Amino acid sequence: MLRIIKREDVSKRQSILIRFIAILLSLVFSGVFIFILGFNPIEVFGNMVIGALGTEMRIKETIIKAIPLIITSLGILVAFKMKFWNIGGEGQIIMGAFAATYIALNYSDNFSRPVVLILMMLAAMITGGIWAFIPAFFKVKFGTNETIFTLMMNYIALKWVTYLQYGPWKDPNSQGFPKVANFEVNAILPSVFGIHIGWIIAIVLTIIIAIFMNYTKKGYEITVVGESIDTAKYAGMNIKMIVITAMLISGGLCGLTGMIQASAIEKTLTVSLSGGYGFTAIITTWLSNLKAPFVLMTSLAFAVLLQGGSYIQIAMQVPSSVADMIQGMILFFVLGSEFFIRYTIGLKSKEVA
Amino acid sequence: MWTAFLFAAIIAGTPLLFATLGELITEKSGNLNLGVEGMMLMGAIMGFSVGIWTGNPIMAMIGALLAGAAGALIFAVLTVSLRANQVVTGLALTIFGTGFASFMGKNFVGKVTPPAIKSFFHAFEIPFLSDIPYLGPILFKHDVFVYFGYLVILIASLYLYKTRRGLNLRAVGENAAAADASGINVTLYKYVHIIIGGALCGLGGAYLSLVTIPVWQEGVTSGRGWIAVALVIFASWNPTKAMLGAFLFGGLDILGFRLQSQGIQVSQYLIDMLPYVATVVVLILSTRNNKKEDRPPQDLGVPYYREER
Repeated sequence: MLRIIKREDVSKRQSILIRFIAILLSLVFSGVFIFILGFNPIEVFGNMVIGALGTEMRIKETIIKAIPLIITSLGILVAFKMKFWNIGGEGQIIMGAFAATYIALNYSDNFSRPVVLILMMLAAMITGGIWAFIPAFFKVKFGTNETIFTLMMNYIALKWVTYLQYGPWKDPNSQGFPKVANFEVNAILPSVFGIHIGWIIAIVLTIIIAIFMNYTKKGYEITVVGESIDTAKYAGMNIKMIVITAMLISGGLCGLTGMIQASAIEKTLTVSLSGGYGFTAIITTWLSNLKAPFVLMTSLAFAVLLQGGSYIQIAMQVPSSVADMIQGMILFFVLGSEFFIRYTIGLKSKEVA
Repeated sequence: MWTAFLFAAIIAGTPLLFATLGELITEKSGNLNLGVEGMMLMGAIMGFSVGIWTGNPIMAMIGALLAGAAGALIFAVLTVSLRANQVVTGLALTIFGTGFASFMGKNFVGKVTPPAIKSFFHAFEIPFLSDIPYLGPILFKHDVFVYFGYLVILIASLYLYKTRRGLNLRAVGENAAAADASGINVTLYKYVHIIIGGALCGLGGAYLSLVTIPVWQEGVTSGRGWIAVALVIFASWNPTKAMLGAFLFGGLDILGFRLQSQGIQVSQYLIDMLPYVATVVVLILSTRNNKKEDRPPQDLGVPYYREER
């Protein structure tokens, strides 16, 4: 008979090794899957890497895709650490972009460029925060399921921006084409080393969140609430306030992503601006083991996957959604592998009483 | 006009009915599978592609059922056997299913349900029943799948509340340790019902892509899987209430279209928000009420394994 034994001590090396094997296995399985669907998996994977890292231009593209992933993941991390399943990243991104666009369209001429940009960021963070605050409020008030609530908020945000784009915010100069007016230079983020300044923001935020989670009282409280509500209660923590604060941070960061995407990438407000980053960030966050420094690595890796996915669509006519499937597959295997980090399977010994 | 509206609401609500019932049965076993959207999409694309290849409606439905079941099997292995986090596993299933459907469906975008399947899903009247005043024309002039939906709800209600197995299932969801101690095979019960739940979600997806919206489009479910998860709470884990909830939301789904055809001027995009706003409202209201029989299964979301001695 087999029996499952809880591991007493798992070395860091062992747990990293198990995760690594899991990711490797997920790629093998994805490969088999791609083969069944009629493509050559080695060619697909090879082209994905070339498409993401082959030239300086493509590396820049990959980094540009990593920026929103990093910032959104940091936001999701704060919520997940508390076991608050914020899957409303998409909506919070969209609402952040909406608020930033409001500032950009109305106040670009009134202030200098840095002031406009900072106002846009603040507006985006506040609005993203509010979008996360609503489900958080009902969670602490009535115990409403936050997963479904945050997800519904995504759709509401999406419909709201669609309404604006096709209705009140439609650019009269676009000859009937339903789009929001382009931003003026004042509302567009500048570039440093050929990549928009979002990359600096992403790195700085990673450091801030790492310090916040590990070295501040609030960060510690968030972790305790996630580990055990009872412990938090016993220690006399104000759980409601902690949940609300954490979700404001979470939504605020996602909102900031929206501002960056609107300002630096789209240079306007579009319905497709969030680009699924809110969902992909869930995976990158989980893979990072809820540790901010690792978010940088997982986000970069997934940016390669996304960029590679859009490249093979053009180069090989393989639908880019293959990247989504691989993402799901990786997550399956990593989730499964965690069992082998926590437990080991041995033969049943006879001495069991 | 009301009859026509309610009639259409039932058609629009039928995919939700299957998905909601599927999630309900899954949750009765104590596992919270948030992959409904993914399983619906897997069922939708499998049903649609098998339908296109074979032109056979039964084959299409079996394909959809198997696809949904396969998605649920992944979830069962990860959460029951490997004790993975149920919330994140469900999300992973949704992400995977969305990618799978979009990948498989790339060449189908804009394609229409084949005529052989369309004619199979033609509405017919049930004699006598369709003559009932008011209710008859709304309930009993549908296609075979809607009737199948009524039947499945009836069977599920009987199974859950009138059979030994149903009682065992509820015991597993309420208190897995006690169920185990009384000799119920907890793992087997969880596996079987998670997979049946997934199969039902797959069927709901296929009805959506073959009948309700008979043209393949990417993300055809547009959040219905998530609405189904909320409807389970709304229905307080009761199949009959789940059916009512599904039809209610079917009505909301088509409300915008109806209003516009009545000449009422409202933005289509704001009306499109309604089902999602309504879901949020329903969610808040149904968590506020704390009646005993409306509670979720007690062990919902809690992984079960025998303690090591």
